[in-house]
Amino acid sequence: MAGSTQWFAVRKALPQDRMMLLTVLSFLLPVLVWCLFSYAPFIWHPKVEITEPGGVSWFKAGMLVDRQVFSEQSLEARQSGVSLPEGDLANPVYLPAPHEVASAFYTAFTTEPKRKSEQWLHESLWHSITIIFWGFALSSLVGLPIGILCGTYAAVSKLNEPFIEFFRYLPAPAFGALAVAILGIHDGPKIAIIFIGTFFQQVLIVANTTRKLDMALLEASLTLGAKNLQLLFRVVIPGILPDLFRDQRILLGWAWTYLIVAELIGTSSGITWFITQQARYKNFDNVFAAIIMIGIIGLLSDLILSQLGKRLFSWDKAQAKS
Amino acid sequence: MSTLDLPSYLEQSNKVKDRFDKLKARETILEVKGLGKTFDSAQGTVTALKDINFKTHRREFVCVIGPSGCGKSTLIRTLAGLESPSSGEVLLDGKPVFEPGPDRGMVFQGYTLFPWLTVKRNVMFGLEMSGHSRSTAEGEAMDWIGLVGLDKFADAYPSQLSGGMKQRVAIARALANKPRILLMDEPFGALDAQTRSKMQANLLEIWRNIDITVLFITHDLDEAIYLADRILVLKAHPGEVNELIEVSVPRPRHFDQAISPEFLATKKRLEELIHPPLDDNDDEPGLSMIRMVPVGDEVENGDSSVDNSAMTAEVD
Ligand SMILES: Nc1ncnc2c1ncn2[C@@H]1O[C@H](COP(=O)(O)OP(=O)(O)OP(=O)(O)O)[C@@H](O)[C@H]1O
Ligand SMILES: [Mg+2]
Repeated sequence: MAGSTQWFAVRKALPQDRMMLLTVLSFLLPVLVWCLFSYAPFIWHPKVEITEPGGVSWFKAGMLVDRQVFSEQSLEARQSGVSLPEGDLANPVYLPAPHEVASAFYTAFTTEPKRKSEQWLHESLWHSITIIFWGFALSSLVGLPIGILCGTYAAVSKLNEPFIEFFRYLPAPAFGALAVAILGIHDGPKIAIIFIGTFFQQVLIVANTTRKLDMALLEASLTLGAKNLQLLFRVVIPGILPDLFRDQRILLGWAWTYLIVAELIGTSSGITWFITQQARYKNFDNVFAAIIMIGIIGLLSDLILSQLGKRLFSWDKAQAKS
Repeated sequence: MSTLDLPSYLEQSNKVKDRFDKLKARETILEVKGLGKTFDSAQGTVTALKDINFKTHRREFVCVIGPSGCGKSTLIRTLAGLESPSSGEVLLDGKPVFEPGPDRGMVFQGYTLFPWLTVKRNVMFGLEMSGHSRSTAEGEAMDWIGLVGLDKFADAYPSQLSGGMKQRVAIARALANKPRILLMDEPFGALDAQTRSKMQANLLEIWRNIDITVLFITHDLDEAIYLADRILVLKAHPGEVNELIEVSVPRPRHFDQAISPEFLATKKRLEELIHPPLDDNDDEPGLSMIRMVPVGDEVENGDSSVDNSAMTAEVD
């Protein structure tokens, strides 16, 4: 009985229903907190939204004023005998309620750009995705081979890793101005920032993963007659593939975190441009919707990759658990 | 005290002598000459092996036993070419060994199957490395898999196999290269007793049927006597050859022989060699340092406050 009701057993899987419950809760709880702040006026609501200006000359319907200002003005109105202003408690404009953001998920896509030259939301999103794709693909194209070679051959490791270890501490955005000077103001520098942000970590992580391959497997293959490149292509690479795949998933997540900075460089573009533009128009429901959308895209792509990993590496026990 | 006149079962009958004379007349496969190995570590130099000399003959089954840490793995790794000797040399068919190669098959103590390959592809690995075509390799691999009785598991991945099956695949994988000698480092050490005896019988069966010389490391005396023609006994720290014992238990072997006089006499001799009597300098420093730990409450004998009657009362 005690065993089946354990919530905290070290490294033991929970029953299916509990896992589902906790997964749902992990999303539900933050939303619940958000709902409380939005729909329970006594919790926060530091503002008053004017519904009826009454005798206060500078109040307008729909205006947001501080609670204190509102009570001062009401007192003044009572003393001077004009009609009292009316209003509801409200949150600041930058904290839209969940239902507003939910509807923004739809309206953000259907809101026509203010200017002809500007992009629709789906166009902005797609642009961001291509930036990530190219930055990450180029980084992997160079980083994976170098990382694997570093992890396999001490000579390659000693030649590359000290410098990379140094370079990875340089913040990628610091290269923004340089990237613009070299690559122009459009997509080039943005891809470069994603590349710089990913590449150096990638080499080190992949090198480490490669080094973690069980030496006994290499020794076994040596006694079976494997030599030089056979060791690399028939043992090292197939042996680390599942771990490499996991690394790539984590690195792709990091690449997304560089997106906003990258898109601010040169001419602002993509989802970042959409967010800053909507914030300027004070459409904070759209801003929230766009931010959450980045999270959803990230989560979905990771889910797809994890399923793909399970299918590709069915022989790997660890992959089945991730 | 009267001395009973027991026959010495270690003393060899003419028949046994004949058998070993014939064995030693066969061509030498592996020869180890003055082999020594030292490791340099932060704590200083460790001598793992010192002046090891022995030969194995064609189709001979040699076991190596010795106390834990005496350098058994170091010895077999040096024979495989995974470690280079600090002194002396290893000759295979008269030619010195410098690096690992498919002419010396190895089965490791741990599981070393390639987890990304099926059983069949694992066994094909060595053949593919030496440039055999995929189809030849596949055909030969299936023969070897059949020999270890795993036809049904040819398409399974190592993670789906039990420990015993994994080691059987490892044996098939090493044999598929048709090595001159099969080196085995405590291959059944991690298996339960029942699986282990099945594996031993299976290994002897294979060895009888193909032209292979085996060097087998173990710390299990019964295993060594059951399997070996000759047993090489290593002394602890540094590993040095204590003695080479000829096992007079007749072949074909079966487990009932474990209570035969030859078996028991051999075992007694091995025990004496491994744990020499009157040796106060115990190799395991841990044992002499273990303190007696009082368990439970201290109870003084005859203390009336504690009722011990249930434990001390005699049963009528
Ligand atoms: N790479 C190494 N570096 C330093 N010392 C080593 C190394 N390999 C082995 N040794 C030392 O050499 C000695 C023999 O080790 P080895 O593993 O060969 O013993 P073993 O007989 O196989 O032991 P076991 O019965 O535990 O398998 C040990 O004292 C060990 O500490
Ligand atoms: Mg060992």
